[in-house]
Amino acid sequence: MLRNKKLSKRIYFNSLRIRMIELEISKRYHEQKMRCPVHLSVGQEFLPGIIETFFDKNDKSVSGHRAHAHYLSKKCSLKKLIAEIYGKKTGCSGGIGGSMHLIDKSKGFYGSTAIVGNTIPIGAGISLSMSLNKTNKNLTYIFLGDGAVETGIFFETLNFVVLKKLPCLFICENNSFSVYSELRKRQPKNRKISKLVSSFGIKTDSANTTHLNDTFKKFSKAYNYVKKKQMPYFVEFHTSRKLEHCGPNYDDDLNYRDKNFLNYWKKNDPVEKLEKTLLKKKYLSKTEILSFKSKIQGEIIRSFNYAENSKPPKFEDLNQNLFSK
Amino acid sequence: MKNKFTFAEAIKKAIIYSMKKDPKMISYGLGIDDPKGIFGTTTNLHKIFGERRVFDVPTSENALTGIAIGSSIAGSRVLFSHQRFDFSLLSFDQLINNAAKWNYMFGGKTKSPSITIRVVVGKGWGQGPTHSQNFQSLLAHIPGLKVVSPAFPEDAYNLLIDSIFDPNPVIFIEHRWLHGVSGGIKRNKISLGDVHLKQRGKNITILGNSIGLLNVIKVNRFLEKYKIYPEIIDCYSISPINLSKIVKSVKKTKRLLIVDNSNTFCSFSSGVLAELVQMKKINFKSNPVIIGNKNIPSPTSHYISKFFYQDSLSIFKRILKTFGISNYEIPTELKKNKYYHDVPIEKFGPF
Ligand SMILES: Cc1ncc(C[n+]2csc(CCOP(=O)(O)OP(=O)(O)O)c2C)c(N)n1
Repeated sequence: MLRNKKLSKRIYFNSLRIRMIELEISKRYHEQKMRCPVHLSVGQEFLPGIIETFFDKNDKSVSGHRAHAHYLSKKCSLKKLIAEIYGKKTGCSGGIGGSMHLIDKSKGFYGSTAIVGNTIPIGAGISLSMSLNKTNKNLTYIFLGDGAVETGIFFETLNFVVLKKLPCLFICENNSFSVYSELRKRQPKNRKISKLVSSFGIKTDSANTTHLNDTFKKFSKAYNYVKKKQMPYFVEFHTSRKLEHCGPNYDDDLNYRDKNFLNYWKKNDPVEKLEKTLLKKKYLSKTEILSFKSKIQGEIIRSFNYAENSKPPKFEDLNQNLFSK
Repeated sequence: MKNKFTFAEAIKKAIIYSMKKDPKMISYGLGIDDPKGIFGTTTNLHKIFGERRVFDVPTSENALTGIAIGSSIAGSRVLFSHQRFDFSLLSFDQLINNAAKWNYMFGGKTKSPSITIRVVVGKGWGQGPTHSQNFQSLLAHIPGLKVVSPAFPEDAYNLLIDSIFDPNPVIFIEHRWLHGVSGGIKRNKISLGDVHLKQRGKNITILGNSIGLLNVIKVNRFLEKYKIYPEIIDCYSISPINLSKIVKSVKKTKRLLIVDNSNTFCSFSSGVLAELVQMKKINFKSNPVIIGNKNIPSPTSHYISKFFYQDSLSIFKRILKTFGISNYEIPTELKKNKYYHDVPIEKFGPF
């Protein structure tokens, strides 16, 4: 990836964009106009930044509570995302869902919701139905965290996708925490998630997102495998969130995360590392970075203005859509 | 010594009391030992009782419910806490197919599991469709499960202890907005299955529990002006429920309003009403009334979530309507704060 100037610049732009969007939400959250829980992806942007470059409208995605970056990686509308968080009718779910319930079917983003693990089988189901059409190069992303690996439904679904050879790409973002609980309080020490999963007979891999090239390579390999072979694949990506589990703030004053862990990710922040590398390679200049930033900031401001100026849903909207017509 | 405690502190005191009394008791749940300690209800319990008795768990609600049942069979009382009722849905197989009938289906040759499942009902700040559901009615529907839902710190304290020591599975429902409410606490035994006469009255019986009951109490003092003297009954135990106390009251007042904290179709309220209307001896002076949440999922947007819930104002209006009073003034205390309808106090969100 880092040998390809255009590609690595695009990934940088994507990751930077996600970071700036999430930080803007964080910054404005205290205005109390975004009145819904938000699980931000600051620190975890690099992988979604890569995924955007593999965009295929026909690929489908499902995700969980921390889904802004996954939604954006499918080129879904930023305006509609912000409007959704503002509870406005112009939001991607009409304001009914909020940050935890996003959708944009036109881009293949088939929905994210907030009960841990519960969209995993939905992704498999989408895959099952799509696989009836053998000529397609199908792929369904199933995004999950390390916490979701503890649910029964995850293993039930794994068994099924292996049994039926479904073209699902499991993207497990392992940020070592479920809310305030460290991984080793929840899963035995020294057991790798990807190893455990591979015993189901599914191809697996893992990467640390701070290793930029390796992350790209592993993702790319998995993506192409699912597309070509129409078989499932599971990749575990080590990453880390910078903000609190839910909400706009930094919460490291609570001391639930080990200092070494925090220092490691501070030093190895993938987006900063990518920026430095690209500067060093002279793929990117400081002025170009500034122009990226102002371009993104312009889009962000327009999107927030759109959300602010959009109409809220009304009383009549309350009873809509309980059943399809 | 301190004599006022918040609801959250009352919960914690009840757990401490119970774990001291029963050295084999175990208490677990997601985040039980984290810096927030399940809204302050479990902070430092792991330090008091050690990590073998109080511990954080994987996100495996169904298995952990079965594990609670198994531990109970082997002699440990178990308290399992969920930060949202919605998350406990994953455990319904274990709860309903096993816990609720473990003794019954083996012809009484064993014992019911003595487990208590604490569930917190979220509301407001965009908790929305998957973080604010109250399944009290759904679980009250299951024979073999006991369901309780207190409104006051003292009742929470006593009911939690009594739930833990009850030899059956009990669902203990806490509304998130009650955690900060404070009051005195005194230990007295409550028999699960009872209702509590909160206020004697004359011409209307009002049933409610948890946050709904607090909404009723807010309305209470504005009614005398209209010669309305409600008899308020706290249905803190909704299953089993003490119908005879309710019947006695309704026979006297001949009017009934039931406040439900969930949606009302096939609900706790509709179930109680169905029992009452089948009894010949009650001559209602006006149509009995149910007021609860709309029969739709809860929307996230705060612009419309304000239409979703029952609240003091809607209860006030409904009571007056029952008495045929259409000429009234809305007390300013009951008027909605336009912006903050979705939080109990100004500084609240996101959880
Ligand atoms: C079934 C269920 N249990 C508990 C929760 C509360 N909860 C919300 S997010 C979360 C952490 C999940 O961790 P992980 O899957 O690793 O994702 P991350 O937040 O780290 O991105 C938990 C426990 C929930 N939403 N659903």
